[in-house]
Amino acid sequence: MTERYDVLVVGAGPAGLAAAGTAAAHGARVGLLDAQPRAGGQVWRHDVRKNAPRAAREAIAALHGVTLLAQHSVIASEDGALRVEIPQGSTLLTYGALVLATGARELLLPFPGWTLPGVSGAGGLQALTKQGWPVAGKRVVVAGSGPLLLAAAATLRAHGAKLVGIHEQASAESVHAFARQLLHWPARATQAALLRAKLAGVPYRFGSVVRQAHGEDALRLVEIDGAHGTSLVDCDLLAVGYGLVPNVELAQLLGCALDHGHPHPHVQVDELLRTSVPAILAAGEACGIGGLAVARIEGAIAGHMAAGHQDDARALLPERDRARRFGALLARHFAPGARVHALATPQTLICRCEDVPLGALDGYADARDAKLATRCGMGACQGRICGTALAELGRFPRGAGRPPLFPARLATLAGLALSSSDASRSST
Amino acid sequence: MSVAGYDLIVIGAGIVGAACADAASADGLRVAIVEPGPVGGGATAAAMGHLVAMDDDPAELALARYSLRQWEAFADLKEAEFSRCGTLWVARGENELASAATRAARLGAAGVEAQLLDAQQLYELEPELAPGMSGGMLVPREAVVYPPRVAQHLVRRAQARGAVLYAGRRVQALRRGGAQLDDGSMLSGPVLVATGCALPALLPQLPMRARKGHLVITDRYPGVIRHQLLELGYADSAHGDADSSVAFNVQPRPTGQILLGSSREFSATDAAVSPAMLRRMLERCFSFVPALRELQAVRAWTGFRPTTPDGRPYLGAVPGSTDQWVAAGHEGLGVTTALGSARLLLDLIRNRQPAIDPAPYSPSRMAA
Repeated sequence: MTERYDVLVVGAGPAGLAAAGTAAAHGARVGLLDAQPRAGGQVWRHDVRKNAPRAAREAIAALHGVTLLAQHSVIASEDGALRVEIPQGSTLLTYGALVLATGARELLLPFPGWTLPGVSGAGGLQALTKQGWPVAGKRVVVAGSGPLLLAAAATLRAHGAKLVGIHEQASAESVHAFARQLLHWPARATQAALLRAKLAGVPYRFGSVVRQAHGEDALRLVEIDGAHGTSLVDCDLLAVGYGLVPNVELAQLLGCALDHGHPHPHVQVDELLRTSVPAILAAGEACGIGGLAVARIEGAIAGHMAAGHQDDARALLPERDRARRFGALLARHFAPGARVHALATPQTLICRCEDVPLGALDGYADARDAKLATRCGMGACQGRICGTALAELGRFPRGAGRPPLFPARLATLAGLALSSSDASRSST
Repeated sequence: MSVAGYDLIVIGAGIVGAACADAASADGLRVAIVEPGPVGGGATAAAMGHLVAMDDDPAELALARYSLRQWEAFADLKEAEFSRCGTLWVARGENELASAATRAARLGAAGVEAQLLDAQQLYELEPELAPGMSGGMLVPREAVVYPPRVAQHLVRRAQARGAVLYAGRRVQALRRGGAQLDDGSMLSGPVLVATGCALPALLPQLPMRARKGHLVITDRYPGVIRHQLLELGYADSAHGDADSSVAFNVQPRPTGQILLGSSREFSATDAAVSPAMLRRMLERCFSFVPALRELQAVRAWTGFRPTTPDGRPYLGAVPGSTDQWVAAGHEGLGVTTALGSARLLLDLIRNRQPAIDPAPYSPSRMAA
């Protein structure tokens, strides 16, 4: 079973929604696929308790003529087509132009106790909470880096969690310097003020790092290294994330060149978002972390380009460049510091799929050498967590992935259109 | 310029080179090992790690039998991840069951325990096999290992005895009385070329083809299958000369993961996973174990088997030379036969009588 679209967009977050809507407005036959059951991506993930933000509702409502392919997970590339797993089996999608709007994932860094039940990513716990995971009455510490901590905290509070504190690793000087820059971005300043208002009464500490999580079978308390010394804080949940890293695995699988000028590579694109592979564009976080505004503008640029309207794309470049500057500002002021990089001990697990401690990796030259000897990165996540953490810690760059992009049924890898259970159902 | 002198310069630290370095250092030789990539990072890393006696070639059987006895010394080594799951050869149809009887007799004569199974016994051992199988043959003492870590263990053991590892160095050329490295330095002494598929770069007179294979590994599903499973027709794929072939060859890892193979292609030179070949291979596997279809695959990869024209490895002196040796070309049996190959070669190098007849593996057969 093969379906063809003039424009196929991978990822239905802000960038993908903008790309799909824009390309469709030019009359293209557009498919917008996402592994999740609903459009919105991570930042606009559906919240069971409340309506989506207006921008999200508008972006989704604007999808005239776009086929939304929900629960479609791209797992491999087959001769110019994408092999996609769906709940009932798998399908092949081909395209005239492809837009990669694969977004970003959270940067998780190892520290003693980070594998205890009750410890999760900040964005991870926010996503679970939006989906209805009960946090009401739970004492939560939010920690890590960047403004996403505030967004996560706001969601947790709206769902009834008791926020014990928000601990930003960046120094007070750095955060205040960032805040001063917000004057140039009034919309962002308003957004930040609104978030802070939602979090009134919650301590927000700078230069503060969760050094260790304690507990026997589950998290009991966290040890925090703050501006005024070390403290122990009782809590039920710890949500800790150090910002975002681009999802480049699909681009890499398709042969698109990556920019490795940073521990976490991003897709290399030209001014008009063309990758090194003809007919493949990339937009938003996959091209380097820039935030929501960048994602929306670049999505629109990629949508124009995919539909063959270069002039329309070009007209958006000044706005895009301005938004990218804000992303650069964020990166500069919230980058994880040396203290964070030094948290893990040799005994701390680095690869959670294969239970490999950091100390086991001493003496290996690169990710593949270490993987062969220790299995670090050999598990189901293919090094998305440990490989990214090791790159951030300056050990070695993450090794290349292998198909499938995400764990997939063997039947899907075999190119079977329907799963056997489905086939047997349809035959009865 | 100073020249480092050795009793043996082992070129290549795959499982075969590592075993040779280990055996040579145990023999008291001063050994150098030259490896441009990770130890055990080529075909060794891509391999299934199944220790198996193939009986269709008497010479190969003798080498496998000899080698399998030595593998027993690694049964308790943590790094080897040795798991004695046994090999279960599955017969589809009465003809294959009859061939199983012949094979069991041959293996038995060589001292390898093998039991014939009727259909009922087969399904008791492996309930997930598709209906309609006729029976099979169980070789209960065979095992699976994790080859790259064994290669690393062997190299480390050799290093502990004084062997020198030239890591990240490549042999540029064989020179009279030694080898020249890519940094221009010279190592002097007899050389042993164990570079697998890369053999022609140093010894173009010995033909070698790279035979591509695919493997897929699943998430953890302990108990779905219990033995290394192969179809009795596997030898037709492994030893046939078809440009491409697949065979049902599925392994339970000690982790509970399932490793699925196997494919063979001569003309494919690109290391990318081929969707068409993967499909063919997996469909073959599904036809034997339908439950595999719904399991989650976590990774697929390819590797290249070093294959000589007659399928037997080159073990012995390079034709016309007295101080150049070769151990390469084990096709899909490099892990099984590495230890025996190393012993055989060391006996030849030290001018001792080998435990098995070396003639079938002599590289001079290519000069004839």
